Amino acid sequence: MIAAIASGKGGTGKTTVTASLASVWPEVFARRAVAVDLDVEEPNLHLFLKPEFAGSQTAFQKVPTADESKCDYCRKCAELCQFKAINVLGENLLIFPEMCHACGGCLVVCPRGVLTPGSRDLGEVSWGRTESGGFVNGRLRVGEAMSPPLMRQVKAKVKELYPEEGGDVLIDAPPGVSCPAMNAVKDSQAILLVTEPTPFGFHDLKLAWEAFSPLERPMGVVINRAGWEHQELNSFCESQSLPILARIPYDRKAAEMYAKGHILADISLEFRRIFLDLARDLAELQSGGKGPAHD
Amino acid sequence: MTEITVISGKGGTGKTSLTAAFSHLAENAIICDLDVDAPDLHLLLHPEHESETVFISGHEAVIDPARCESCGQCMDLCHFEAIVREDKLYRVDPLSCEGCKVCVELCPAGAIDFPDRECGRWFVSSTRFGPLVHALLYPGQENSGLLVSLLRKKAREMAQESGRDMIISDGTPGIGCPVISSLTGTDLAVVVTESTLSGRHDMERVLELTEHFKIPAGVIINHYDLNPEVTSSIKEFCHNRNLEVLAELPHDKAFTQAMVKGQTITEYQSDGVGALVRQSWLNIKALAVQIKAA
Repeated sequence: MIAAIASGKGGTGKTTVTASLASVWPEVFARRAVAVDLDVEEPNLHLFLKPEFAGSQTAFQKVPTADESKCDYCRKCAELCQFKAINVLGENLLIFPEMCHACGGCLVVCPRGVLTPGSRDLGEVSWGRTESGGFVNGRLRVGEAMSPPLMRQVKAKVKELYPEEGGDVLIDAPPGVSCPAMNAVKDSQAILLVTEPTPFGFHDLKLAWEAFSPLERPMGVVINRAGWEHQELNSFCESQSLPILARIPYDRKAAEMYAKGHILADISLEFRRIFLDLARDLAELQSGGKGPAHD
Repeated sequence: MTEITVISGKGGTGKTSLTAAFSHLAENAIICDLDVDAPDLHLLLHPEHESETVFISGHEAVIDPARCESCGQCMDLCHFEAIVREDKLYRVDPLSCEGCKVCVELCPAGAIDFPDRECGRWFVSSTRFGPLVHALLYPGQENSGLLVSLLRKKAREMAQESGRDMIISDGTPGIGCPVISSLTGTDLAVVVTESTLSGRHDMERVLELTEHFKIPAGVIINHYDLNPEVTSSIKEFCHNRNLEVLAELPHDKAFTQAMVKGQTITEYQSDGVGALVRQSWLNIKALAVQIKAA
């Protein structure tokens, strides 16, 4: 199973939920899960799962480089490029690698073979093992604007390292509902939406639900820092047949343990039980036991 | 004019609650919600929309099944795995299409259209604290960086027209495209972090980003009392880089209580954490003056 742990609002507890699920996974299913950090802008999962890294590689985006001596400034590349990454000004061919989406279009349309693929450093992909399973993350180079290309390479690495069918993958997604978040969840078979019972948490949960609904994946809600009554949140979930799979109580001690890099599942037996149940519910959600997509 | 942008790296550290309070305390500012992806500032500012504009950015490829000859070239050409094949029919997955036009240009049957892409909406509104410029990107859309730039441009125009001397912006979590667009050319980045390992880790990355773009920055440590050790390591980090710690705020339920009431913390409470936030605003203004003078 591939499950994505997402949220509209940042800081609701995606990462600690992902880490906790990964840590209880072997106990529930007698097999390990691969924990994947796709929040490449601000990867934090390693702070909690403390993997032993086995390797890493630099990820590159294939941007064009030019042999300008061959160029006759026909402008075909500039006319095609939608991202203003390549332009011709008089008898100058200008390439702006930071703007390039690596669609490969300019390479294909250039009639004189001026352009060849070069590379722009996107960041690092790293992998290793934790006590409970595999681990892969991406780390965007500071200054790089685009995270989806690096995310695609992290996903490719997961496939390469764990090719076996039926392997379990838990994805820690970036916050928000725009292209990076979408990219993180679109290959998953089930989505957990982590929220908190506050006006901001509820508002962004609705955004996330709306954004991910077209994917037609079963979704379930995890309410972190539960304790505040939020009737609207409960009625919303009920009216959309969105199951609330776990309520993690608010506890100052838990916040302090989190601050030190401990995962919630390790805080107490009560917390651990919440995640054991959540792992089972997630498997059931994915197999169609719960969730609107399988009605 | 002074532009102040509140960012954090990590989400959920308190950016929006603090930006809302600063909007309350500022006397003559344009307020700007640059978190176009999951905006929340309006939940505390209760804006009344004065204008609403569709945000059109880029295009998307759409295959016309009537003209498509099912040769599959588009699928081979696409670098974004955006072409989906169902039986012998090809279609474009709009969530994966980046609008590069390569398939449109090279389809031998000329079967791919390339309409404008409507990515969201943006608004100019009035609030009890002054004008607000804000937006909502449609789910799954890209080009949030362009929308952020557009909002900032609008805010600057409005400030000039109305003689306001400050723009206060609520940023996005992360360090990618929308954050870079929120930062370029801003006078001061206020980085809100928290005393957790993730908070510190993400603050370091976002401060690397401000340094990369040479944007002056100051730091607010939220929930400083959750982990005193992390708090002192954040302070040391800031000290070594000559960055001012603008405030240390406690882990306090008053923020959530204020939020539930739809108020800013400074409206909700004049003493306690409300008073600390007032003081932090004075520190921010002083730092901004210092930066402008330098």
